[in-house]
Amino acid sequence: MKRAGFTTTWLPILLLVPQLLIIAVFFYWPAVHALQSSFYLQDPFGFGSTYVGLENYTDLAQSSEYLKITRFTVVFTLLVTFFSLALALLLAVKADTVIRGARTYRTLLMWVYAVAPPVAGFIGLLMFNQSWGPLTDIARAIGWDFKLGVNFNDTATAMVIVSVWKQVPVNFIFFLSGLQSIPKSVREAALIDNRSASGRFWDVTFPLLAPTGFFLLIINITYALFDTFGIIDTLVKGEPGNNPMTLVYKVYVDGFRGNDLGGSSAQSVVLMVLVLALTVFQFRLVERRIHYT
Amino acid sequence: MTNLSNTTIAAPTRRIRWSRLLDHAVLIAGSLFLLIPLLIVLQTTTTTDVETMKNGPQLVIGSQFDDNLKDAMVKASGFSGENTGMSMLINSMILGLGFALGKIIIGMMAAYALVYFRLRFATLAFWLIFTTLLLPLEVRILPSYEIAQKLGLLNTYTGLIVPLIASATATFFFRQFFRSVPEELVEAARIDGAGPVKFFIDILAPLSQTMIAAMFIIMFVYGWNQYLWPTMITTDEDMYTLVRGIKQITQDLEGTNIPEYGRANMLALIAILPPVAVVIFFQSWFVKGLTESDK
Amino acid sequence: MAQVSLNNIRKIYANGYEAVTPTSFDIADGEFVVLVGPSGCGKSTLLRMVAGLEDITEGVLSINDRQVNHVDPADRDIAMVFQNYALYPHMTVRKNIGYGLKNRKIPADMIESKVQEAAKMLNLTDYLDRKPSQLSGGQRQRVAMGRAVVRDPALFLFDEPLSNLDAKLRHQMRIEIKALQRRLGVTSIYVTHDQVEAMTMADRIIVLNEGRIEQIGTPAEIYHAPASTFVASFMGAPPMNLIDARLADGQIMINGNTALAPAQGTGAITLGIRPEDVEIHDDAPIHFHVDIVEELGAHRLLHGQLADQDFTIHVGKDVAATPGATRIAIKPDCCCLFDPETGKAL
Repeated sequence: MKRAGFTTTWLPILLLVPQLLIIAVFFYWPAVHALQSSFYLQDPFGFGSTYVGLENYTDLAQSSEYLKITRFTVVFTLLVTFFSLALALLLAVKADTVIRGARTYRTLLMWVYAVAPPVAGFIGLLMFNQSWGPLTDIARAIGWDFKLGVNFNDTATAMVIVSVWKQVPVNFIFFLSGLQSIPKSVREAALIDNRSASGRFWDVTFPLLAPTGFFLLIINITYALFDTFGIIDTLVKGEPGNNPMTLVYKVYVDGFRGNDLGGSSAQSVVLMVLVLALTVFQFRLVERRIHYT
Repeated sequence: MTNLSNTTIAAPTRRIRWSRLLDHAVLIAGSLFLLIPLLIVLQTTTTTDVETMKNGPQLVIGSQFDDNLKDAMVKASGFSGENTGMSMLINSMILGLGFALGKIIIGMMAAYALVYFRLRFATLAFWLIFTTLLLPLEVRILPSYEIAQKLGLLNTYTGLIVPLIASATATFFFRQFFRSVPEELVEAARIDGAGPVKFFIDILAPLSQTMIAAMFIIMFVYGWNQYLWPTMITTDEDMYTLVRGIKQITQDLEGTNIPEYGRANMLALIAILPPVAVVIFFQSWFVKGLTESDK
Repeated sequence: MAQVSLNNIRKIYANGYEAVTPTSFDIADGEFVVLVGPSGCGKSTLLRMVAGLEDITEGVLSINDRQVNHVDPADRDIAMVFQNYALYPHMTVRKNIGYGLKNRKIPADMIESKVQEAAKMLNLTDYLDRKPSQLSGGQRQRVAMGRAVVRDPALFLFDEPLSNLDAKLRHQMRIEIKALQRRLGVTSIYVTHDQVEAMTMADRIIVLNEGRIEQIGTPAEIYHAPASTFVASFMGAPPMNLIDARLADGQIMINGNTALAPAQGTGAITLGIRPEDVEIHDDAPIHFHVDIVEELGAHRLLHGQLADQDFTIHVGKDVAATPGATRIAIKPDCCCLFDPETGKAL
């Protein structure tokens, strides 16, 4: 709040009402509803529900399928996060050093940001087309009979590659802007103190980029957990079957297709807790500007 | 003086900067990694489906672009026959623009109230609003759907747009920006006799132009690219957006006879181009908006 | 014109911090009053309370015999110049200056003529269509002045208006502001932490420290008869020398038994002597050891020891000085005596 804020009372209330109304109806109500229905067992034919306490949660914990999906989600998240961060960092460092064509490179490396995840998935379908997909051809050339949608690992690989493709630009933009905000004087001081370029990178640039990196780490984990939904749904052509799926996809499949509202709500609550934990982690670690302590 | 002529002045060696070349090589490789898939989509929109099925993407530009475009825009898929490319494009526009506008207007209003007024319950309002940043729509998707259903919002533009606005990203962003506006401006304005409405219209809104533009770009792209929520909330085919319709497009590739590559890829291209064009044309605003939102 | 009156004005922030203890003073019509003190002394808070930008916790503020505690800043008939100028960055100079008039529903042709008049007075006529970002620091400062002048207010408030300028420009603007204020005859309150500004511009100075008034007086009074050791050391550069001494036998004694000057009383005191109130003679009574000579062209500063205490002497350029032992005398009637416990003048 500003020191000399306006003292009118009706106007700010009027200004806040739309925002508060929308979040009350479409945020707090659903969130509470999810929490509530995670304690009930919904009749599959819609004839009411019974209170079952924590049964939905214990069912989840005991479901080998759910554990398998959790395991896949973790591996998938790690791979997507690592590769999209590493690639983006490499490209940002290079884009920061070149002078000629810097703007062109920046444009070429960031436009994919605007591609919708399901469209990225669609493009993945073309790239991995069974009969002529360029990536299938490459795989075949090294003796890998790539079968998207048939082989579990092949499908998972495609999901990772497409998800990384879609995420590199966001990370690139943030890393580049992080690099460009390092003061010129700091770079010049490093130039005088250290002869080796890679030494300068690891001793000076990388620590100064750490806050950006941590912020992006959280962004990327969230992305891999939630925003890849469209990619996965398109790559499996809406037919989960025995294909790999992530936790969010499972919520959707159980709740929307399988009509297991209680189970799906319990899964939602598990995800909420996960996101909350991530956020707390973010505030605890990222907000503390690690490079100055 | 003779000494001087003896001193060897190093000839300006044209040393090739290998490291510089490597930098460019990495950047070009990265650019191609991102670009080639788009080129393949582009190429297949210019050839006939038979050709694509037989040979896959080629290095030649075909002549079928117009036919494919016409097919994509006018021909409907699905059962009702109402989701032509044209109708999906219009719906995508409505979602993108409606979402961006709604988010900016509501966010600016709320942020203005929080930053520039002495309000007793400001802290409570702040926490109520910013808690929404913690949980993405995806984790509360089913109850949100049920509520939208109860309110009779299925297959309406309101149902499509408003629930997506129920997070405070724009509010947070504008709050940060307003707080960075020098304190003295509102003080000077108050001494100059401007009330809260006048200050907003005459001073704060013009000062926020760049920020509004940046927000608009980010939110337009975000809204346009929504998939999960439109998939749930719109079941009538005439309400499909391009991104929501993508699943049907993929099913066109599964056709028993010849998959409709030309039409499907054209639709994908139409789904890609507007947000990409916005991001590229307004690049500096977009980058500023995106990277400043985390501060 | 304005008579401003503060009666037991007090400010306590929501967190319980008392920024201004109950403070009273009056300002006469056309008077130029400077509030001076170190940062955090409450001078800006006091000014902002007068402006109406900060609530008054206790006390009565009146302007022109009208109590204005709860009057909106826009209705107090004041104009304010801010430290960072607070120009509207998206408006031209013309619109910046005219904005306050426009909000008061003054007809456009009248605004234009008033803006022209103010611009002429401030040498801004050629810049009326520029934006603030296209102006130099001094020009921005003038626009901020123009915005205040054009409104023809009863009271000018200045909040450290020169602190963002370089030394040369600051000197020039100091004179311009003072001249302008004289010409317009508008009552003014000017806040600064720079004692030179306070000394050169003020009709009357109010020295503040830790939310309290230390002294109110003309620049000469403040300088020659500081009310406390705080005022003595804050006003003047280099500051007044403050040394431990004692009174005995109608004399000020230091270092055991060296008599400095006659004075009544007994016991320990703090003695204040302005650096320029000292003369150097070979046959003068007091020993002084010069450590460093600071050459300033027009004059010299001799830093050294007087009775093992730091002491600075200001001498003219025609007085030769070298490091080493010398002898000094205090000019008559130039000793300020302070209570060593409270720091108050005796």
